[in-house]
Amino acid sequence: MFSSPFISQPSSVSQIMLRVLLALIPGIAFYVWYFGPAILVSLTLASITALVTEALMLKLRNRPIKPFISDNTALLTAWLLALSIPPLAPWWLIVVGTAFAIAVSKHLYGGLGSNPFNPAMIGYAVLIISFPAPMTHWITPHSVDGMSLNFAAQWSYIFSGMLPSGLTLDAVTMATPLDTLKTQLHLGQSVADIRDMPIFGRLAGHGSEMVAAGFALGGLYLLFTRIISWHLPVVYLGTLFAVAGLFHVLDPAHYVAPLFHWFSGAAMIGAFFILTDPVTSPTTQKGKIIFAAGAAVLTYLIRVFGGFPDGVAFATLLMNICVPLIDIYTQPKVFGKKGAGK
Amino acid sequence: MRTLFSFHGGVHPPTHKAESTRTPIALAPIPSKLIIPLWQHVGNRSVPIVQVGERVLKGQKIGRPEGKLSSAVHASTSGTVSAIDMQLVAHHSGLPDLCVTLIPDGRDEWISHVGVDVTHTSHAELRHLLRKAGVVGLGGAVFPSDLKTDAHHHQIKTLVINGAECEPYITCDDLLMRERAQDILRGAELLRELLQAEEVLIGIEDNKPEAIAAMQLAVTQAGYRNMEVLCVPTVYPSGGAKQLIRILTGIEVAAGVRSTEMGVQCFNVATAYSAWRALAHGEPVLSRIITVTGNVREAQNFEVLIGTPLDELIALAGKQADTNRYIMGGPMMGIDLPSGTVSVTKATNCIIASSLKLFPPPAPVMPCIRCIRCADVCPADLQPQDLYWFAKSNNFGKAQEFNLADCIECGACAYVCPSNIPLVQYYRYAKSEIHERSVEKLAADKARERHEYRQFRIEREKTEKAERLAQKERDAAAAKASFEAGLAAAENAQQQTINEAIERAKVQAATAHALNTDALTQEQLAKIAEVDARRAKMRELAATAGADDEPPKS
Repeated sequence: MFSSPFISQPSSVSQIMLRVLLALIPGIAFYVWYFGPAILVSLTLASITALVTEALMLKLRNRPIKPFISDNTALLTAWLLALSIPPLAPWWLIVVGTAFAIAVSKHLYGGLGSNPFNPAMIGYAVLIISFPAPMTHWITPHSVDGMSLNFAAQWSYIFSGMLPSGLTLDAVTMATPLDTLKTQLHLGQSVADIRDMPIFGRLAGHGSEMVAAGFALGGLYLLFTRIISWHLPVVYLGTLFAVAGLFHVLDPAHYVAPLFHWFSGAAMIGAFFILTDPVTSPTTQKGKIIFAAGAAVLTYLIRVFGGFPDGVAFATLLMNICVPLIDIYTQPKVFGKKGAGK
Repeated sequence: MRTLFSFHGGVHPPTHKAESTRTPIALAPIPSKLIIPLWQHVGNRSVPIVQVGERVLKGQKIGRPEGKLSSAVHASTSGTVSAIDMQLVAHHSGLPDLCVTLIPDGRDEWISHVGVDVTHTSHAELRHLLRKAGVVGLGGAVFPSDLKTDAHHHQIKTLVINGAECEPYITCDDLLMRERAQDILRGAELLRELLQAEEVLIGIEDNKPEAIAAMQLAVTQAGYRNMEVLCVPTVYPSGGAKQLIRILTGIEVAAGVRSTEMGVQCFNVATAYSAWRALAHGEPVLSRIITVTGNVREAQNFEVLIGTPLDELIALAGKQADTNRYIMGGPMMGIDLPSGTVSVTKATNCIIASSLKLFPPPAPVMPCIRCIRCADVCPADLQPQDLYWFAKSNNFGKAQEFNLADCIECGACAYVCPSNIPLVQYYRYAKSEIHERSVEKLAADKARERHEYRQFRIEREKTEKAERLAQKERDAAAAKASFEAGLAAAENAQQQTINEAIERAKVQAATAHALNTDALTQEQLAKIAEVDARRAKMRELAATAGADDEPPKS
């Protein structure tokens, strides 16, 4: 039957996701600039794995393959996961993580639109719990010690685990700035001393702070093109700043400045690209605020007092669980039931 | 300057209004036949009062209103009634309905008609005339206007005249305001008088500067004091009655509440116009302005006789070969017409000839990704993504809980949905199911009540019967008891009598004996002694004789 409305805005899931992918490009560009092209290899591996897994799962579930494979959501999951794990990790790590994210956390829950958890973050959680060692080998930015690997060497390490002779893994990789900070604080160093280490830059980690800035740039693009609403990123970053700022003011020797938290780890990509996954975040404005604030507090607690190097993934997953409840208790008042005109 | 309010959400679809506003309203010629539906309004279908073969005059009533909520239908021109039967009509149900088919004689001969002096006619009489003239809401809702002009004892502050015309393509109100502003205002003033409203606010979207200018000029010229033309921002659906009332007054009329209860009433500009024509000139609603646009050579507004077949109307604007169907109304809320043979009604504000190029079939539906673009644009502040979920899973209770009833089916949600989900269809489905269930529930409740009453009645009868029985038993027992008591009493009495009698007899006997033996003479005594002796002798004899006769005892 043909029924109104007969017109629709020319928008599609595929277009929205494509724009989100595009918005990741500034961050990726900085990534390549500071850490070499290895990230492009893991992005490619993740993309191929995601598309193959998606097609396989669609076939198994008797769903049409073409409209779903072209909706770009599997690609987005793949990219977010690839950007969350060390680019120099062995090739199978990203393949396993992506395949799990798509097959289990997306399709086994009913596919597009039905997954309660952010698939990329599930992939990350599975990898960091199952393979903690390779998840800590982050590339040292090449301007730090000049001993960077060229593309051929990175490629060779990813696929064969072989490094050029004379180089050890420790020489070309390092822990993340957040991890380093935590370890050094445990060793009794003060924040000021730690931040004098060469791996740190002006705001946070050398190089990685610029990658975070790149993601923030892409995020602003999404914000201004109204692909995402302001609630999640603004409240998330605001709360993170407030909590980190409070601790920092009370004890600057042990608690790093809030901007460090903003530009470290997955805070920026989380604020603009991960928390904003529409499927797994609340639908109401109030709900978004609660969700983002909760995720920010959890991120900080896990980062500072928890055992994992970063807290964004687990904070996201923990808040994902609360989404149905948040939605129910934050229903807005409908037209005519709000009292007299504002 | 009055401050305007805004409503949540809304969309900005391409307006496509320029195509049909280049030329003034044209008078559509009398068609070869008129198919006039008898049910063009909200409420009861009107009853045909003409016969097949009868000649009717222009303006002659051919359908009389049936019941309170109904309206009259008239012959749009003079001619002969050729049929009164079921025909396809322009209604979203797609079902045929009773129509009067009229073959015009071309003379367009009016029945005698005169207006009334509106200032010296009672309100009740004016309302009656509106009903008689078949004046209904011409914005598309076709609710009988006579009922809407009755405020039901509510104090009306504001009469809103709706000239927003927010739907894309439609320009009939725009052209009407440009060309006939004076009569619209007269009608508005009349409606204000009927409602005893304090002020009249006329809302027009700011994409119609010519109409705004014309209306403002007319207000100034006529010198209406409590009347104001207000320019409202162009955002769909600002022309929805609730939305326009919100914009102009800040009042939000919730679902299930009459706006009059909140001191507001709203009429469309075309309704105000036709109310004036009906009362001041005695002209019933025989024609209306219709925008013919879309896939036609010359999009234009026509004044069209009610009952004109669609095909003949489209031909006037130049039908394009690749036209595949017609939409009545706008592209956001309009209905798909079953064929070009249906005729225009009082609800027809626009006909859009459609082609695959103009309105391509919708893209394949994808799952909802909860992006809430729908909630962002919903003018009723609903959560369309939740309502969709509930409607899809037949969870109607939850849909009602999430205020499905407040959905005005404006289509803004479906318009922006990136997954191309036909959201409004889901809401219509859920609403109709809920309606059906409530009707069923009502019937079931009635049946249950009846059944319960029957049970109660049976129970009551049983109790009464039992009581009666018990009473009877009690009565019987009492009777028995009293009988027995009586009996006993009687017996006692008898016994006493007997005893007394015995006593008396004894006494008597004693007395009698004494008397018998007292007065005996010597002679008598001797006789007695003689008799006694004889008797003794006889007894002795009998004893000896008896011994022989009787067998020995041992």
